Amino acid sequence: MPVDLINTIWNGLVTFFEWFGNLGLFCGRVVRATFGKPWEGREFIRQMDAIGSKSFPLVALAGAATGVVLSLQTRDSLTRFGAKAMLPAVIIFSLIKESGPVITALIVSGRVGAGIGAELGSMRVTEQIDAMEVSAVNPYKFLASTRVLACLLMLPLLTLAADGSGIVLGWISATLSEPMTFRLFLHSGLKNATLSDFLPPTFKTAIFGLIIGLVSCFQGMRTSGGTAGVGRSATSSVVLSSLFIILADVILVRFIQVFFPS
Amino acid sequence: MTTTEKSAPPRAQPSDSQAPLVVSGLNKSFGSQKVLQGVDLTADRGQTVVVLGRSGTGKSVLLKLIVGLQRPDSGSIRINGQEITGLDMDGLNEIRKKIGFLFQQAALYDSLTVEENVAFPLNRHTTLPDAERKEKVRALLASVGMEHDLSKMPADISGGMQKRVGLARALALDPEILLFDEPTSGLDPITSTEIGELIVKLKKERDLTSIVVTHDVHGAKSFADRFVLLREGKVVVDGTFPQLEQSSDPFVVEFLKDAA
Repeated sequence: MPVDLINTIWNGLVTFFEWFGNLGLFCGRVVRATFGKPWEGREFIRQMDAIGSKSFPLVALAGAATGVVLSLQTRDSLTRFGAKAMLPAVIIFSLIKESGPVITALIVSGRVGAGIGAELGSMRVTEQIDAMEVSAVNPYKFLASTRVLACLLMLPLLTLAADGSGIVLGWISATLSEPMTFRLFLHSGLKNATLSDFLPPTFKTAIFGLIIGLVSCFQGMRTSGGTAGVGRSATSSVVLSSLFIILADVILVRFIQVFFPS
Repeated sequence: MTTTEKSAPPRAQPSDSQAPLVVSGLNKSFGSQKVLQGVDLTADRGQTVVVLGRSGTGKSVLLKLIVGLQRPDSGSIRINGQEITGLDMDGLNEIRKKIGFLFQQAALYDSLTVEENVAFPLNRHTTLPDAERKEKVRALLASVGMEHDLSKMPADISGGMQKRVGLARALALDPEILLFDEPTSGLDPITSTEIGELIVKLKKERDLTSIVVTHDVHGAKSFADRFVLLREGKVVVDGTFPQLEQSSDPFVVEFLKDAA
């Protein structure tokens, strides 16, 4: 029995490190493919539309809902501690520094990660990726690099959309309880803010985009096992990219605190 | 003795020095499973070689090795005299432009129309003006009888039509070598015959060197110059159909009997 247990643990460890090794090799291929000709401009724009524009409504809605919830939840607490005047600042800072970026990343990971994992997985099992290679087209460039770059560029923009809609809906929610102009709400919320409060948390989402793109493309392109495999790739793309986003957030928050102090 | 059965009657051996495709001593394993064991295969210019064998004997793997989708464990693959087994991706891609590949399920890009599928290799590897490129795509599709379905999506056409489009795409870069992986599998007898006729037509019009992996022995008689029969990753017979029929090897006899 102990031998079986040791074998199971050993095999698990081997699989774990093998996965990271293969991910590393995959990243290397994607990076090499990204910086070489030909530039797949048309496919890149198509992916920016698929990943960015088509995620916009969902991300804006999630941001808006977060703004409303923050407004409703924090009003009571702040009133209890006699700090009701801080409500605009709490809503704006919470959204821009943490809620907006993380919620955007998790929403995009669910919508886009699953889509990429399933699409590339389906292309793998139906030999479309092989067909691409046979046509002397590098799939790491045409399929992976374009999607990874689109994720990387679109995440900060989508985060701004989530932040914006959250702030507007947070203000509407706050003003329904206690009327306040939007200008006053912004002025009160941004009184002591600096650029380093806003820029690093927004741009850290580029890292989240990189994670979503790389993990989803990797899981999709290594799919095996027919349609069941495609389902597994779609699920694992979402689960793994969400997990890595949360882990990366912990590191990035500390990194921002150290290198971009308020 | 790998390429020709001992008891087979003499036949004209392909001349290796001129041959566009020469495979020798090819070995490939997946884990402990030996899929190909010392396979030798030569195809002369304009020749159509049909590779036969039971399922799982490495026929499709052989095609994937020839086109560089997989790497052999050992052995040699020479395309127009150039060894391809050690080539990097760029070198391999140059060779791939000379090879067309028709996949078993056609492998059309399902997000692109029929026209865009055929244009895909042309868009990336040629500098033809748009009008000429469109004209070429239409001519390719016309040559396989698909000129009226340009804007259809792959999901909206039948399996036989998908194979025709796949064939047009495989011909887009004017390859010298064409590889067919089960071109008639899953098709009705009439469509299978039509695909067979297309292969004959291409052979006449383009002088293509072709390797056809199939189970359809009798359909293949219409276009094959030679048959290679694989068993457990080894070549059992390499010869014409009469030579195959004359074989006394029990496996060959059984295979032909079952295929009848």
